[in-house]
Amino acid sequence: MIYFLKIIIIICYYNYSANANDQIIIQSTTSTKNSGLYNYILPMIKKELGFNVRVVAVGTGAAIKNVRNCDGDVLLVHSKKREKKIVTDGFAYKRHDLMYNDFVLIGPSIDPAGVNKLKSIVDSFKIISRKKILFVSRGDESGTHNKEQAIWRQSGINPKEYSGKWYLETGSGMGGTINIAIGKGGYTLTDRATWIKFGNKQDFKIHIQNDKLLINQYGIMLINKLKCPRVKETLGSLFVNWMISKKGQKAINSYKINGKQLFFANAK
Amino acid sequence: MNVFSEAILKSLELIFLLDNELFDILLLSFKVSFIALFVSCLIGFPIGAFLAISKFKFKNIFVAILNALMGLPPVVVGLVVYLYLSRSGPLGFLGILYTPTAMIIAQSILIIPIVASLSCQILEDLDNQYRDLFLSFSITKRTSILGYIVDARFSLFTVILAGFGRAVSEVGAVIIVGGNIDHLTRVMTTAIALETSKGELSLAMALGIILLIISLSVNFFVMWIKANGKTKGYV
Repeated sequence: MIYFLKIIIIICYYNYSANANDQIIIQSTTSTKNSGLYNYILPMIKKELGFNVRVVAVGTGAAIKNVRNCDGDVLLVHSKKREKKIVTDGFAYKRHDLMYNDFVLIGPSIDPAGVNKLKSIVDSFKIISRKKILFVSRGDESGTHNKEQAIWRQSGINPKEYSGKWYLETGSGMGGTINIAIGKGGYTLTDRATWIKFGNKQDFKIHIQNDKLLINQYGIMLINKLKCPRVKETLGSLFVNWMISKKGQKAINSYKINGKQLFFANAK
Repeated sequence: MNVFSEAILKSLELIFLLDNELFDILLLSFKVSFIALFVSCLIGFPIGAFLAISKFKFKNIFVAILNALMGLPPVVVGLVVYLYLSRSGPLGFLGILYTPTAMIIAQSILIIPIVASLSCQILEDLDNQYRDLFLSFSITKRTSILGYIVDARFSLFTVILAGFGRAVSEVGAVIIVGGNIDHLTRVMTTAIALETSKGELSLAMALGIILLIISLSVNFFVMWIKANGKTKGYV
């Protein structure tokens, strides 16, 4: 038994330094990572503030769950209602608006549902459901999934009834869901940043965009030390304050792919 | 556009340009897998040997459980390790969630049953052959185990390879406890998952090809050791 304990103690001490005090962990939505925003911004932060920011990108639903287990110092997600909930539950300090972009409805370029002529996302959801054209949903309680559910509610349809028929819930991240939508030739809702950076577009294109409903607001907040005593509060608040400062906001606005701006800073 | 031909070209490009980032990811993959393998051998072989030579009432049940554990689903192991290492979990004070150490722990849990169970099988067969002989020389159990291990060393290499294969190809557990963090806990399999989710299918495939080539070289190396050992007449 002592032999086994020794081994366990040795592996526990191995690489202990990797968790040193010069880094924080953000629990984050996937779109900010897959779009390359962190690769652009984090080196600036390392340079200006002098510490490393490690990103766990898992989707809004999972990120919030991880924060409820205190595994992270900062939360950066896009689902306002649930962000407010986690603040009122005492897991996070004040929520700040950080930036926004928008969601788009993508589908095969031949447009089997004929939504291309429409302007409103609610109308196009109605048509897709009436014609029973394949729609691929995240189904993972992510920010994008929350937005999609809100649109379904507005259109007065409960797609869950058709789950597995024309409504597919993948339970995967945005990229995995787009891969499935492309493989099956269905429509899906995605944030614009992920779509612009996506490598496997094939013959898919954007059908609906610029509807007011499709605004995608990101929020950022520091985890509350009262609930999670091991939170690195000082570094975490330095990070949050930098992101919502003029400098950070300018950095967000200057991130472009192929000349297209992906995120629009709007912290107050 | 052919993903496969593009992937092969891309993998060659990555290998010959000695892409720095790829090198880091590969290095971490092997570091984590080898340490997990080493730990599992330290724990698994003694368990296997003990079960092989001892006779007690519920031994068969133990062996059956061990065999079943070989098929542990990695995501479940990942989840359990996550819950323990989480800051709100019982071992949260160690602060090792989202570090390579956490990945080593998860992989060790996955490999220990493989090492223990397979080595138990091999040593038990030897024990059946030599038990009476060793008893007649009044050789202690400990010495006879060492004898079996030396005798079966080449078969035990295969056990180690099986464990290595499981460790290096595993993605479900390490993505949960490691978090797939750039330059810290990103390994080959989680990088492949990430590139697939970004729609970079040919890059993902290229990484897969590289992982395959390297596992293959490890296997060839072990085969070479075996062949060399045998021709030199140590067996």
